[in-house]
Amino acid sequence: MKKISVEVRLKEEVLDPQGDAVGRALAQEGFGSVSRVRVGKLIELEIEESELSSDALESTLQAMCEKLLVNPVIEDYSFKIQG
Amino acid sequence: MTRVAVLQFPGSNSDFDSLHALRDVMGFDARYVFYREASLNDFDAVVLPGGFSYGDYLRPGAIASRSNAGEALRKFRGPILGICNGFQILTELGLLPGALTRNRHCRFECRNVRLRVEAEGVFTGGLTGRELTLPIAHADGRYHADSATLEQLEGQNRIAFRYIASETPGMPTMVNGNPNGSAQNIAGIYSEDRRVLGLMPHPERATEAALGMSDGKLLFESLASHLDGKGVSK
Repeated sequence: MKKISVEVRLKEEVLDPQGDAVGRALAQEGFGSVSRVRVGKLIELEIEESELSSDALESTLQAMCEKLLVNPVIEDYSFKIQG
Repeated sequence: MTRVAVLQFPGSNSDFDSLHALRDVMGFDARYVFYREASLNDFDAVVLPGGFSYGDYLRPGAIASRSNAGEALRKFRGPILGICNGFQILTELGLLPGALTRNRHCRFECRNVRLRVEAEGVFTGGLTGRELTLPIAHADGRYHADSATLEQLEGQNRIAFRYIASETPGMPTMVNGNPNGSAQNIAGIYSEDRRVLGLMPHPERATEAALGMSDGKLLFESLASHLDGKGVSK
């Protein structure tokens, strides 16, 4: 079993009102030293090892991100393959 | 008789409002099409209603746009109107450029807005320059596109509606009538062939004087005369 974590982030130039609201809440909790917050997504996948060679795995993950998991208009992504 | 499909997804909530406006107010032969049915061949036009298809999982419109209905929409050659969540589905499908992102102030905005019609098309024939009042109800309506796309939309005159300042004071979060921080006050855009329209406001909820507003009816009347010109009579 391979575990994969896909991190999806809003592109730098896209406004993140959710992150801004979290930043203000952190300041209210006394963490005024936080100057910027960006909220993204973590998507965890499990794939049976026998299903894919490791070369195919990379390209399959890339296809998953481009077809569904990520909207390239507003988001960037990266993934990590564990174990 | 003009046949209009109202596509239903799990989580659509303006499907009946759309059916009522199209069938009871406009007199079209309007019918629900469940997203799994996947064929739109028998219809002259398609409306994607508002709501929260698939609970907005992943991103608003993301899952709905990957369903069978998405493929059917890509193949469909007639007019398509995407309202609110329908607009989000059309951008996720790539039938319209850009994306609808979280409102600038993180609020769900449920109010009436003033708009100006800025481009001619299937749903705005003869309406350019006209100012309309329509209701909005959304949390993810801030239109975002890169500057090249925005320039292209502007250059090809595809910005169908812009939010404009109203005499009635809105919420303090509204700047120049823009309720969500949309780029260039964009409320709706056309495809290059002016056949596909996506907008955040709800014309289907403003088609009868008894409901207090009827400006939304203008869009459906424009659709009727467009189809009439194509030989499809009401």
